Amino acid sequence: MDNSSYELIEIHDLDYSRGARQIFNGLNVEIRRGEVTAIMGPSGTGKTTLLRLITKQLIPDRGVILVDGQDLSALNQKQLYKLRRRFGMLFQNGALLTDFNVFENVAFPLREHTRLPNRLIRHIVLTKLHAVGLRGAADMMPAELSGGMARRVALARAMVMDPDILIYDEPFVGLDPISMGVIVRLVRKMNDALGISSILVSHDVQEIASVADRTYLISDGKVAASGSPQELKKTSSDLVQQFMNGMADGPVPFHYSAPNYAEQLLGRDAE
Amino acid sequence: MLREIYYQIMGFVRTFGAFQLFFVKLVMNSPRIFVRRFGLVVQQVYNAGALSLVIIMVCGLFVGGVLGLQGHSNLSKFNAEDSVGTFAAFSLIKELGPVITALLFAGRAGTALASEIGLMKATDQLSAMEMMAINPLRRVLVPRFLGGVISMPMLVAVFTSVGLFGAHVVAVDLLAVDAGAFWQQMQSTLEIADIYEGIVKSVVFGVVASLIAVWEGYNAVPTAEGVGRATTRTVVITAIAVLILDFMITAWYLG
Repeated sequence: MDNSSYELIEIHDLDYSRGARQIFNGLNVEIRRGEVTAIMGPSGTGKTTLLRLITKQLIPDRGVILVDGQDLSALNQKQLYKLRRRFGMLFQNGALLTDFNVFENVAFPLREHTRLPNRLIRHIVLTKLHAVGLRGAADMMPAELSGGMARRVALARAMVMDPDILIYDEPFVGLDPISMGVIVRLVRKMNDALGISSILVSHDVQEIASVADRTYLISDGKVAASGSPQELKKTSSDLVQQFMNGMADGPVPFHYSAPNYAEQLLGRDAE
Repeated sequence: MLREIYYQIMGFVRTFGAFQLFFVKLVMNSPRIFVRRFGLVVQQVYNAGALSLVIIMVCGLFVGGVLGLQGHSNLSKFNAEDSVGTFAAFSLIKELGPVITALLFAGRAGTALASEIGLMKATDQLSAMEMMAINPLRRVLVPRFLGGVISMPMLVAVFTSVGLFGAHVVAVDLLAVDAGAFWQQMQSTLEIADIYEGIVKSVVFGVVASLIAVWEGYNAVPTAEGVGRATTRTVVITAIAVLILDFMITAWYLG
């Protein structure tokens, strides 16, 4: 793509804290157009929080977030909603509307935002469902779907308004290997076939390695490392090595901070 | 200690302020949703109103029956058992109809609303709508609020009518009060102002019960425990609010 070097989302010096806990401390991330960007990090590093900041579901304490050149903090609700129409987001558990069947879930954004005739809506919805392989499940209710199917329906719904940016929040969690392979393939296929940009939050190293163009590893509120998955694997940093190779102990310690073991066993800490 | 009390009071003031703001937002968006998304409102009138009909009618029938029994047994001491119709009508129209309906509404429809909205929040359905650039306040909350507000006065009317029927069955059919006296006394003593009082109460209670249910659901902690707690709080807070407001409205009417 000719404008692939152009940054789609820029995050500068972002600070965010929840209560007394500082989650981001001077975070800098750039997401390029047309690429699949993965945000990785140990659990609890605020990966999902970052997605919510990018979509202005949360507001940062400090720092600037630019989406396609627009400063998020300067947008009013109307402008924000206009911008959000360009996003498609896949939530961890799918977040399908439980009252509606699969077809109506996918049709939901169309029915809310457009006045398209039913025939056309049906056409669009079936096309999107076909793309995720679930045209046959159109009449099923969300409760009847497996985790992987629910996520594919949610993906069809996220795509139905033809977004420019697809955001995936932990798309691989809790899936069997087959469903996981399906989702990995879909992420890549959607990104390339539709010419969109994708942001993916995950800690599944293998899946990320096979799908992402660029990876950010976040730890302690900052970017610990960035680059292509292959580059990350070659990095000498202990933290990156621990994360990429799934080692139990390292810069992220196995033991949660605790008093001295021997002293605690002998009961000296109680004195 | 003092600091804790200060924080408690500040927390309460802040929540109450947010609650009022929430109410204003619901009301400001209501006309637009009522006109443009009438179908959604009708669906919620069905959920909150039609689905509560059975419990409202059963309870109304028995409350009316008890009024017939008590009225007859006490009034007959003064040879005034013909007034049992008046007694039942005043009790039902001015007090028991609106109050008991509101309490039942909180138990049946309020809890359903709070848990539904709380679960939608816990399963990210509301966030998903936000991300689809659909305002959950307009799409989810306002129709549910309006559904409750519209249903309550109708449910009160049903409760009161069935209650009067219950009183009639007990007093006239079982205890042999004269049917003519039952209705005639009621008609001659009951004034339109008494019915207005009942209507005012039913509207106020409808707004309060629906508002509390929607607020509690929307502000539930998004976990299984949080949704459970929101459901309980809906019933408790609605019951307290309705009884206090009932006292205030009655005092205002009596002047």
